Amino acid sequence: MNPLILLAQAPAADLTPLWVIVGYLALLICLGVFSARFFRGTSADFFVASRSIGPFMLLMSIFGTTMTGFALVGSSAETYESGIGVYGLMASWSGLIHSACFFLVGIKLWAFGKKYGYVTQCQYFTARFDSPGLGYMLFPILVVLIIPYLLVGLIASGSAITGLTGPVGPNDGYFPQTFAATDGAIPKYLSHAVIAAVVLVYVFLGGVRSTAWANTFQTIVFMATGVITITLVAKALGGPVEATKAVLEKAPEGLAREGKISHLKFLSYAFIPLSVGMFPHLFQHWLTAKSAKSFRLSVVAHPVFIMIVWVPCVMIGVWATAATMPNGAPMTFANANQVLPKMVNVLVHSPWITGILMAGILAAIMSSLDSQFMCLSTMFTNDVVVRAAGENRFSDRQLLWLGRGFVIFIVGLTYALSLIKLPVNVFDLGVWCFSGFGGLFPLVFAAVYWKRATKAGVITSLLLSASVWGGLLYYDLQIYKKDTSHPHGDMLIGGMMPVAVIFATCVVTLVVVSLASQPPQRATIDKFFPEKR
Amino acid sequence: MGRYAIWIVALLLFVLHHDFWWWGDTSLVFGFLPIGLAYHAGFSLAAGLLWLAAVKFAWPTDLERWASEDHADQVEKRR
Repeated sequence: MNPLILLAQAPAADLTPLWVIVGYLALLICLGVFSARFFRGTSADFFVASRSIGPFMLLMSIFGTTMTGFALVGSSAETYESGIGVYGLMASWSGLIHSACFFLVGIKLWAFGKKYGYVTQCQYFTARFDSPGLGYMLFPILVVLIIPYLLVGLIASGSAITGLTGPVGPNDGYFPQTFAATDGAIPKYLSHAVIAAVVLVYVFLGGVRSTAWANTFQTIVFMATGVITITLVAKALGGPVEATKAVLEKAPEGLAREGKISHLKFLSYAFIPLSVGMFPHLFQHWLTAKSAKSFRLSVVAHPVFIMIVWVPCVMIGVWATAATMPNGAPMTFANANQVLPKMVNVLVHSPWITGILMAGILAAIMSSLDSQFMCLSTMFTNDVVVRAAGENRFSDRQLLWLGRGFVIFIVGLTYALSLIKLPVNVFDLGVWCFSGFGGLFPLVFAAVYWKRATKAGVITSLLLSASVWGGLLYYDLQIYKKDTSHPHGDMLIGGMMPVAVIFATCVVTLVVVSLASQPPQRATIDKFFPEKR
Repeated sequence: MGRYAIWIVALLLFVLHHDFWWWGDTSLVFGFLPIGLAYHAGFSLAAGLLWLAAVKFAWPTDLERWASEDHADQVEKRR
């Protein structure tokens, strides 16, 4: 069951939370229509906002894209199970490493994009390594890695609505007559369709420009949600000091890491945030920057923003370990993802706050979803159609409509896939996306900084790393997770996250094969390694 | 010089992330914040300060100038 379904514990007859969500989605559409007024009607504006996004909007759109629903729901759930070490594992690593990627890789890629007109990663890698074949190989790998991530977003946000409107205990859901087959819950075909349609409207109208506007709004919403939630939950528990005191008495182990998180696992999580260096949707957001200076605010504020979102959710996860019901019984959770919604529902008990929390979770999910739809449309248009047909085959207007056509296609395809019962758990698959992108980070780093990296090195490294990723993924989902003889959790290799193995494979292959093959041509090096003046 | 100092501090922060000395400590800061969490929240702020220093002292100004110059290979100038 999707974790967000647990918000269904709001009073079944009270439609307030649903109206809050409807209001939020309507606001998003209005914002999409409004931002489309600034749309310049060119393909450049559709794909990279004419490279005109300033510092504040760049910060908000990049931050919104990197944070998913996990930042709100998953962080409190993981803390409930593994204690406060989750913050160090995921949030503080990300603060340091994400900004390092923006500073070291993002600005360079922005400069190449501006100088040579690239709009996708494949275009950059093809030119950097003088290899059309590399672009053709990279494209399907990026698409395979991004689609589960996209599916997770659509399914999670659609299910949130289905869950909210579903039956609670003996009570029917919100609409028992209209949707009798689902006991009154809005069925998933409809909830997924609503979320997909809202995102489609604003992405279709204004492309990446509308996406940046929407992400700015959504980031404000989910950051505010975290702050409001912790304030109200802390108040309900008698204040933060009393809340933590209860934990110290009943479950003090959650206040530390001993026995909860191993040292090697803690260390190897450093590889996961490197994924931002290879995410195609982030690549596209980087290219929208008006100037390199636009990056400054993102580089500096990103770690602080992560702290603002994560600390409240981690604290709620800790407090949940000692929280009690109004009748004094310990609060229990059928699954850890219940922690945030149940703490809010039971302790705050306000349909308005439930609605706001739901809107915040949807905001966090949808601010990633829209960028992913947008980047896949850009990749299909530029890396497949334009490449196959030739640079000058299409007018600018035709390119724009191709991009819009692909947005509809990608949204439609994702919607269809979200309704099919897949042979694997798509949420498990989503977690592996990060490992895949993180493991491929050495490719982009070498492309930007290592003159001696060669086409043969990058192609071999890409194929081998992707194979190792596929092999480990298969082992995890088909063998490890089905084996009941060990407690389930992250699959570790020698105590480390699998991404460490993929990363090492990528680095070793890249270095060995590059050094063993012909150095790149002088002209290519001159093009991508300008002399400092 | 500034650039090297930034990367040394970055490396230092990377090492300091692994706060094994708080691993089993359940002490509280301000009466409610577990010390392991307070340390890492502080780490996030320190990361922000590090990148502020990087932006101030190690900013690639030449790159921005280079990117803005016209180039013969600019294949999609219409974009």
